[in-house]
Parts: sequence; C-alpha cells; structure tokens
Amino acid sequence: MHNKTLSELAAGLRAKQFSSVELTHAFLARIKQHPALNAFITISEEHALVQAAAADQRLASGDATDLTGIPIAHKDIFCTLGIKTSCGSKMLDNFVAPYDASVVDKFNHAGAVTLGKLNMDEFAMGSSNETSFYGPARNPWNTDCVAGGSSGGSAVAVAARLAPAVTGTDTGGSIRQPAAFCGITGLKPTYGRVSRYGMIAYASSLDQGGPMARNAEDAALLLQTMAGFDSKDSTSVDQSVPDYSAGLNDSLQGLKIGLPKQFFSSQLDNNMAAAIQAAIAEYQKLGATVQEVDMPNLELAIPAYYVIASAECSSNLSRYDGVRFGYRCQNPADLTDLYTRSRGEAFGAEVKRRILMGTYALSAGYYDAYYLKAQQVRRLISDDFKRALSEVDVLMGPVTPGTAFKIGAKTSDPIQMYLEDIYTIAINLAGLPAMSIPAGFIAGLPVGLQVIGNYFSEAKLLNIGHRYQQATDWHLQSPKGFE
Amino acid sequence: MSSQWEAVIGLEIHTQLSTKSKIFSGAATAYGAEPNTQACAVDLGLPGVLPVLNEDAVRKAVTFGLAIDADIAPHSIFARKNYFYPDLPKGYQISQFELPIVGNGHLDIEVDGETKRIGITRAHLEEDAGKSLHEDFHGLTGIDLNRAGTPLLEIVSEPDMRSAKEAVAYMRKLHELVRYLEICDGNMQEGSFRCDANVSVRPKGHAEFGTRAEIKNINSFKFVEKAINHEIERQIDIIEGGGKVVQETRLYDANKDETRSMRSKEEANDYRYFPDPDLLPVVIEESLKAEIRATLPELPDAKKQRFIAQYGMDGESAATLTSSRELADFYEQVVTESGEAKLATNWLTGDVLGALNKAGLEIGDCPVSADRLAGLLKRVADNTISGKTAKQVFDKLWNGSETADEIIEKEGLKQITDTGAIEAIVDSVIAANPGPVEQYLSGKEKALMALVGQIMKQTQGKANPAEVNKMLIAKLKG
Repeated sequence: MHNKTLSELAAGLRAKQFSSVELTHAFLARIKQHPALNAFITISEEHALVQAAAADQRLASGDATDLTGIPIAHKDIFCTLGIKTSCGSKMLDNFVAPYDASVVDKFNHAGAVTLGKLNMDEFAMGSSNETSFYGPARNPWNTDCVAGGSSGGSAVAVAARLAPAVTGTDTGGSIRQPAAFCGITGLKPTYGRVSRYGMIAYASSLDQGGPMARNAEDAALLLQTMAGFDSKDSTSVDQSVPDYSAGLNDSLQGLKIGLPKQFFSSQLDNNMAAAIQAAIAEYQKLGATVQEVDMPNLELAIPAYYVIASAECSSNLSRYDGVRFGYRCQNPADLTDLYTRSRGEAFGAEVKRRILMGTYALSAGYYDAYYLKAQQVRRLISDDFKRALSEVDVLMGPVTPGTAFKIGAKTSDPIQMYLEDIYTIAINLAGLPAMSIPAGFIAGLPVGLQVIGNYFSEAKLLNIGHRYQQATDWHLQSPKGFE
Repeated sequence: MSSQWEAVIGLEIHTQLSTKSKIFSGAATAYGAEPNTQACAVDLGLPGVLPVLNEDAVRKAVTFGLAIDADIAPHSIFARKNYFYPDLPKGYQISQFELPIVGNGHLDIEVDGETKRIGITRAHLEEDAGKSLHEDFHGLTGIDLNRAGTPLLEIVSEPDMRSAKEAVAYMRKLHELVRYLEICDGNMQEGSFRCDANVSVRPKGHAEFGTRAEIKNINSFKFVEKAINHEIERQIDIIEGGGKVVQETRLYDANKDETRSMRSKEEANDYRYFPDPDLLPVVIEESLKAEIRATLPELPDAKKQRFIAQYGMDGESAATLTSSRELADFYEQVVTESGEAKLATNWLTGDVLGALNKAGLEIGDCPVSADRLAGLLKRVADNTISGKTAKQVFDKLWNGSETADEIIEKEGLKQITDTGAIEAIVDSVIAANPGPVEQYLSGKEKALMALVGQIMKQTQGKANPAEVNKMLIAKLKG
C-alpha cells in the first residue's frame, strides 16, 4: 500500500479496496516502525483516525475529492489547531496553535488525513535538519547522512514511504535541497501562489510553501489543493489556479532549455555535472533544445540572501519573548532577564547567529551598506532571470553542489553550510517557481535536477517533471530497507 | 520668557482613527471592553499570523491629507519599527517611515487676531500598542492588548510654532478638523487624541535651532500649554546658568506640573526600520482621491467665512459656532426653521452654550433640540413673549419636552398687546404711588424703575417693558 501513488491510493479508496482508516493505520505503523529516521516531531494518531473515519463516510456518500482519505503530513512550520506546532524549536515545544494554517485548512477541507508534524531545522534555518531541537532527521539512503533541510523530515517521510506525500516550505532551497538529497520530487511555487497564513515566518519575502511527493503527478495533486489566493495573506496573488494535472503529458517538443553558465562552473563536482548533463541529454531526446545563458549576478545571491533573510528573521522572531506563549525562563528577575534568558535558553545557535546578523544589518549606520545594497542585488538577480527566461522556456541545473553529506560534517563551518544553497537561493530572491526531481545516483545517494520556470509556470514545470519521469525510473527507486 | 529668547515648537499628534475594526485585523476597536477580549490572534502576534490592511484606515488618512491640502503619496510603504516591550506583541510596531501616506500640508491658526500658517511635514498610518497595567497585580505587570492594533494617524508638524499659545491653537485647530472630517472622535480622556511636543529655545533672531527635548504624552490642551511653558523656562534657566540642554525625551507629570527625563539620546532605541515584507505598498489612485475629495465636508475655515458673510455675525461668534460640525449644523437648523439668524447667533453663543457648559454637555446631547429652540425664537421675534420671558421658557424647554408654544399657552405668558388694559394698570399705579411719582418729577430718574416694576408685577410680566416705559413717561410728563 505504501508504494502506491496518490492517484492509485485515491482509486483504491473509491473502489473500496481499502478504507481510509486502514490506510491511515498502515502508514502510522510504518512511521512507528522507523523512529530512528526521526522524520516526525509529533504523530497525531488519534486526530488522524478521527479524520480517516470522517473521510470514509465522505467517500461512501460520494462527495469525495482526489485527496479525501489520503494520509499526508505537514512540516512542523504549519500551524495546526490542537496539534503542537514547534517549528523545530525549544521555543515552541509547548505551543499549540488556536488555528489552522490556510494550507492545513485546505487539506482538511479536501478530506486529507494528517498523520503528524514533520521534523525541520529550527525555524527553517538550516540546510541539513541538524539545527532541529529534536535532532536531525536521517537520510533513508544512508542513515549516517543528513536528509537536507530545512524540510528534512518532509523529504525523509516521503523517501522512506512513511507518508505518500507531504508539505514543505522553501525560503532558500528548503524544499528542493532535501528533495534532492532524499530522491523525491519537490516544488517551490511562485512567491504568492500558496498562502503563508499560519505558516510560521522565517523570512517573509522569501518563504513559500509547496508540495513534496514521490513524483510530479502527485505533486500536481497536492499543489492543486494548496495553491490559491488567500485574503488573510496580503502577499498572496489573486490569480486563478490552473488544472495542474491537465497538461502533465503535453509534448516537450521544441522546449527551450537554458543552462546558466554560472551553474556549471569548475566548482561543480564532476560526478554531479555528469549526472545533470545526462538528465539534460534525456530532455533532448524528448525534443528539447539546449542553450547556454549568462546570469552574471548569480554569484551575489548568497550574501544578498543572508542579509535579507537574516534581517527579516531578526524582526520576525522578536515575538518570541516569553511573555504570551512559548518558552519562558524560570523565575525571571526583571523584564530584561525575562527576555534575555527566555530567548537565550530556547533559541539554538544557528537561529541566534541569524538574528544577530540581521539585527546588525538593519542597524543605524549599516542599513544602507547591507540591507539596502542586498535589495539592490536582489533586483539585479531578478533581472538576470527575467532576461534569461525571455530567451528560453526553463532553466536547468543542479540543486546542490554534491549529494547528502555526513551528519556533523558541516556543522562547525556555517559558511560551508550556507554554500549548500548556492544553486537554490537565487530563485527565492527572484520569487520564481522551481522544482527538484530525482535524476540519478552518485555512490548510492540521490541526485536532484533543478528546473526553474517563469512566474506562475508551475503547470509547465510539473509537465516537464512528469515527462522525464515517464522516460526514467530514478523516482521509482526505494532506499534499501524501506521498499 | 525673557525677551531675548525664542521658543521653537513642533508637535506630533497621534489621532486614533474611528474605524470599526483594527488596522491589520478584524478585531473590534470599541473602548472600555474587558481586558484582552478585543484581541485576536493577529493582535496577539501569535506565530504564523499575518496583517491585512484595513481600507477604511487608508481612506481616513487620505481624507485628512486632502483637508490639509497635502500631497497624497501615490505609493506609500509600511515599515517595521523594532523594539521589545511587553505590550508590543510582535516585538515591532507596523508604522510608516520613509514613504508616509500624507506629506507636506498645512493648517492656518489664529492667535491674537493674527493668522499664521503651520506646516505639516507628514502624517503616517501606524498601529497602536497595548497597555501595561501596573496596579492590581502585586509586583507583576498585566498586559491588556485590546488597544493593540488600533489605527493611528500620526500627524507631524514643522517646528513652526513660537509659543505655547500657538501650540495650543494648532492642537485645537487640528482637534476641530479631525472631528469635522469624522475620522477621529477626538476623545482625549480615552486617548483618541494624544500629543508629544518637541521644544527648543534659541536667542531671538538666530536661524539655528537649539537642542530640543521631546515631551511625551500630554493629553489635554491645558497640560500642553503648561508643559511647554515649563519646558521653555527650564531650558532658558539651563542656558542662562551656563549649561547645555541635553537632547532627551521627557515625560510631563500633570500632578507636579513638571517634566522629567525619560531617556537621553544615547539611551534611545535603534528601531531598525525596514519595509514590512508582509504588506504590499499602498497604492492610491487618482480616482480614489477624487472620490474622497467629493465627499469632503465644508471645512471649519470656509464655514466660518460663510457664517460671517451669510448670517452677518462677527468673527468671534463665527469661530464659536463653527468650532464643531455638530454645533454649526445645529445653528443652521435653528436659522432655517426660525428664519432668525441674529437671534439664533445670540441665543446659541449665549444661553444655549452657557447652559451646556454648566451641565457639562456637548451640543449633541442638548436637551433642547434645534426645532424646539427655533420655535422659541419665532415667538421672541414676533413679540409674543419678551426676551426676559423667553429665558423662563428656555428653562422649561431644557427641563421638559413641550414646545415653546405649548409652554407659552399653558403658562399664559403671552405679552399683553392691548394698550387699553396696560393704560388702566399704569393709571392705577400712578395713583397708588404718589411718593415715587413726586421723586421722579423732581428729577430722580431712578424712581421710574420702581413704578415700572410695580406695573410689570401687576401684568405678571406679560406687558412689553419698553411699551410700559414709554407710556409711563408720557403720562407723568404729560
């Protein structure tokens, strides 16, 4: 049952081959069978079974959607009414939201079943899931390796077949990088396509929720439910949502693929370069043409990103002050002590580092040199993408410089860790949609191909992913022991 | 102030916009609810929640901008002002910094008969913080977030005022204006209209400003005048004593009538303003400006000039009667219904406002409605009752619900117009009072008053006193 795609599961539910309650039990059993992966922070068994029973009734009554009765799980950054939402932090280890995030609300309305909440880097700050207060999620392809981050638990859950599909969020690569490391399909939509309401903010101008699934076809079904305007999020875009499944099989004849010169520099690992070139060759077989594009400002993406994201997070995380909710230190002597100890004791090192960097970047006398300059760079990078995407339909390249690294290998060197996101970050700065799809293996660890499209071209990206997945079987591989 | 010094004053006035819901959430803004019953997840700053701008707050800000002839920014931006305080739930206040919605307007004030134009640098939208409650919690602080997220328009003047008197005139003028525009209820006790003053002094004739102090939280016209005057004296004393004024924020203590230091410039927060990424730029189209401009009411200055021209009143009466939109409307209704502009002016600026003042009431709560007052004035105008009797009738209008005509009828207050009847009484009073008659005829003019009093008493005040006087003199001298 756990190897079926979403549409196969939906068909099985409709045909009464199994009930949602049975399906939910099966996945809950798998989750409990693999606690060492540390994919889940919270398993919401009781809640899931209530939802499953309701879904079975709805299936029987005939008003089911494509997702009714399907078990999914949410990154623990999406607020869930009545179920703990920790955001991977000690700060929110005791936090139960009195509301559902808009994304969660949409899945609930569709009749999906919430298995639980998935592990993640603390407040989504990290590229390996190692900054989680709950410890790292482990990569099922090699449990000594990181799952990637920040949506590490999400990627692990799908790769190890603990959930058929899940939600994630991506601020600088947090959907695509773990998807690449764990050999699954992850899509970061256009900024504003998916509501951020109830999705705990890291860097508001970059954060975007999206689907993580076994393949593009399943990702399309998930995105269909997640996407759309939300009056509760002023930055969500009021544009109609297309049918993401309708064009999955469209021909790729004549598709113009651009390869950013800067993505294929000498820094790229040879094996990774070869894997990506092989994937692109597959697209040429499907009728696509390839040309090089120049994006001169791409190399500025990492410093610009860490200034902007840190600046926004330093402000976004000010609300965690020990006054109204979340962690509060014992016996504060006075107000300053309450603030400094509550925050000092409950935030991890990486979160503190980014708050400090962001506070510095916004300070009087430094604002122009850092924040304002970074915003100017952001504009230049967006312009690079606009220019490139006026010449070609999509851009392709690697998701990561290498495959999943060993747990602990980069924790002592933040710069090395930040460079993990070198191929993904620029896309968030530009607000474009991008997808990671499985495209091979290096030494038994998955490789991800990144496909970047123009604004609101999610349907096209999914079509490009699906056609590739019809021609290849990388996405069908299961990690050993999790088949 | 010793004459060699000149004060330089600028005011920052926070007006609470009278929207039904908060500026970034759907929670209600009504004053006086139980603590924390009007604070939703957005106001509490819970994780994941997002602000959504209240359009009515934007319309009210634009209304204000148009009324002071200001520039309305076609594109303005919300920024975060970052600081930690328990009653600031998000750890930042959403405000406007670099691109405010209203810029560069002005307001004319009148002091000692002179008109002076005060520049308004900017007016920007922002959310209010909650309240810290230090009583009742035995060493702890309670937080009430009902006020958190209430829309404010912060109106910043140029440093154009040169005395406390000018500052008060400006503040009053602004207070009058926002109420005219119906964008703020102006209730100072409830904090709907609050003032911070920037004060400095310099030698007269110098162009350069002195070092300023900001006085926070002065919430009545009386306190503004006292606090500014106190601060001017304090600064002059320091300078004349050879010291230097320190740039700082000071708090006015109304009980002690003094300002005291809150924090110095060195201790001031670095607010780390940056554009709020949760909110889009506010775009004001020309069409919206035109739509709002079309709904602007007649403004106080224009109304005042019209009252002088149309009703022939003096400037002082016009200023009084246009000091609030309600009062001006009331006046015009009385005029329309009675046809008596001059009487209406005298009665409103005199008896009616006097009675309201004494009772501590606003015109909106006046027990005598405009049409009942008009009914009274009509009877004064057609001589049915005397002015003196009218005051009695007014008292009855104030305390009851009958019309003037009903009171006059019931109490028999109609003036006697039958000269025969009055003549008979005059004759009888002359006959019965040979003493005063003698005195009057021997030149004691005062004696006449005693006779008039007698006659009025016998007619129960219903005779026209002027008639009586005339007739009496004619008879005595004839």
